[in-house]
Amino acid sequence: MDAKTENLNGYIPAILEKIERVRQARRHKFYLRDEHITLSHGSGGKATHNLIEGVFGPAFSNPLLDTMDDAATFAVGNGTGRLAFTTDSYVVSPLFFPGGDIGSLAVHGTINDLAMAGAQPLYLSVGFILEEGFPIADLRRIVTSMAAAAREAGISIVTGDTKVVQRGKADGLFINTAGVGVVHTAATLGQNQLKPGDQILLNGPIGDHGTAIMLAREALDIESDIQSDTAPLHTLVSSLLDAVGDGVHCLKDPTRGGVATSLNEMAIASEVAIVLDEPAIPVRPEVRGTCEILGLDPLTIANEGKLLAIVAPEAAEMALSIMRTHPLGREGAIIGTVLAEPAAMVFLHTDIGGKRVLDMLVGDPLPRIC
Amino acid sequence: MKFVDEYRDSALIGRIATEIARLSEGRPLKFMEVCGGHTHTIYKHGIEDILPPNIDMVHGPGCPVCVLPMGRIDDAIAIARTDGVIFTTFGDMMRVPGSKGSLLDAKADGADVRFVYSPLDALKLANRYPGREVVFFAIGFETTAPSTAVTLLRAQAEGIKNFSVFCNHVTIIPAIKAILDSPDLRLDGFVGPGHVSMVIGMRPYTFIARNHARPVVIAGFEPLDIVQSVYMLVKQISEDRAEVENQYARVVRPEGNIKALQAMARTMELRPFFEWRGMGFITYSALKLSPEFAAWDAELRFEVPGIRVADPKACQCGEVLKGVIKPWECKVFGTACTPETPIGTCMVSSEGACAAYYNYGRFSKAAGRVNLPVVSPGTMAQKEVG
Repeated sequence: MDAKTENLNGYIPAILEKIERVRQARRHKFYLRDEHITLSHGSGGKATHNLIEGVFGPAFSNPLLDTMDDAATFAVGNGTGRLAFTTDSYVVSPLFFPGGDIGSLAVHGTINDLAMAGAQPLYLSVGFILEEGFPIADLRRIVTSMAAAAREAGISIVTGDTKVVQRGKADGLFINTAGVGVVHTAATLGQNQLKPGDQILLNGPIGDHGTAIMLAREALDIESDIQSDTAPLHTLVSSLLDAVGDGVHCLKDPTRGGVATSLNEMAIASEVAIVLDEPAIPVRPEVRGTCEILGLDPLTIANEGKLLAIVAPEAAEMALSIMRTHPLGREGAIIGTVLAEPAAMVFLHTDIGGKRVLDMLVGDPLPRIC
Repeated sequence: MKFVDEYRDSALIGRIATEIARLSEGRPLKFMEVCGGHTHTIYKHGIEDILPPNIDMVHGPGCPVCVLPMGRIDDAIAIARTDGVIFTTFGDMMRVPGSKGSLLDAKADGADVRFVYSPLDALKLANRYPGREVVFFAIGFETTAPSTAVTLLRAQAEGIKNFSVFCNHVTIIPAIKAILDSPDLRLDGFVGPGHVSMVIGMRPYTFIARNHARPVVIAGFEPLDIVQSVYMLVKQISEDRAEVENQYARVVRPEGNIKALQAMARTMELRPFFEWRGMGFITYSALKLSPEFAAWDAELRFEVPGIRVADPKACQCGEVLKGVIKPWECKVFGTACTPETPIGTCMVSSEGACAAYYNYGRFSKAAGRVNLPVVSPGTMAQKEVG
């Protein structure tokens, strides 16, 4: 017996079992070994998870928070209606980029977090942290863009706060927005709701936002017309929920960490496997080219106008056709399916017919993307 | 996408794989892909699933991040922590652990560490911050050494004094020789490094064919390149030949790149010996700056500890780099050593065999057993849109 066969028969199951044991142990107990905050903790990938599970989770733990969904949802009044509540901060650099700016991003991002909970957004708050010396003209431009984004989305910014810090203590400006919305009556969403057989829908090409930001930074001399895909997804979500209701099991916007990280989060929360078909995943040629040059994977690049909808098999075709009739879903596709085993893993059928594991993003290829 | 899709044609790749199976007649063959870029491609595209089971790909030492010993990382961190220094590095190096933390930790701790895509970007920084000392952490094989050389020539021509290079360039041939001389391993052939060969040409490999009677095929980095190279190796073996062949002819010329070699020859010279992680000291296997460029040599301009640090006991990067063991045969693989908390360098770089295996292939054998269904292609959007 040659070494390879021997390994296949004896060694690999043992090592896989060992890794699996460690993985299971870690799934419930995150070790935060770092002594300082590094940029990886803001990447949205594994380090962010370790930070949340190691510091924030245990301190704030409660049933609403512990689901770790994009927004908390809770009953109000006599218990018939449900509200969704979320918050997000924006530190993107540069402040203005092709396809948007920090202002429109701050509105869309929070709308999308509400939408992923199946909610129709109602009101937003906004907090500004401004650096001494920041040009008022730039602030006006950003605020105008926020107002336009809110108007287009049909929501209002109803409360706010402003703080100024000394020069050098913030990079221009940071924005925080929080939002509330009313949850769709048919929504039964959660990242722990995936069932074997579910289909994975994606509403269009991935990687635009992250790539646009990357190219907007001066360090790279690559010219292209890639634009951020920043957009509010709540109308797409409500038409999906109107059409297939509880056939939608989970919605997630693959922002930092990209599609790879979002799908891993769902696979872990639902204890299922996810299999993707790489050739089915839409990617613009410019984005693919940039990623090839820089050695990045579009699957780990941030999006700001994309959603993953996990849909019951019998509702998938219907959901896809609804998605494709919406302006933000014309290039929608079914990119994969959910399996029972091996739990908490994401796989990819590669473009050439091989297979590989698709893991969460580790480290941060690009800090301050949103 | 042009220049990419042609090299990822699954039908063509499948046909070549069938030919490989036919030619090799089930005989177990072990080929080393020397270059980390190849390792990355093999795992990223799942090429092991496509090759017949009797073909075993062994990962070689061609990952520049992986072969750098801990002591050099400590030296780099010492320079980065010096007052007034802007320390520039390729992104890969940021998370590589030294004996007391990584450059990323040094950065979080206040050192000005920035990542750049090219040494010329570091030189631009030196121009922009004349009051600061900009140091470039030069790593890599003959692939990246020419860009360091050109940057040095430009620094000299423009008289930029606040720029220096911490040179850790290594050369591939002595490492291959060390592997061939090592008694641990029996290889049937080599998939030669494409980008290194673009610089050094084909001639330096002739000793492998002549003295060791092993075939070498210099390969490109797309899936089709690698599968075709394996086919060419199998064909040589089936015809009882041992030659240096060039699959990557669209990039590699037999004589290499003379201008690049000249730039390197002017700015750099061989070190008598250099430590490779896990492989020990290899003579004439690395480059330092030539006396003409002493003014730009960070090792002369800054105080570095220069202390040799032993690899962590549990880490078997050396055996992985020499292809003696597969990544998952290492005692700490996937348990104590993961991409988030790497112990060895092979787990850090995307070209490192351990990271590639962990990220892409960890469960491929398990996945093969569950027989993943192919998603029905009828409903799929086209691959490229826009």
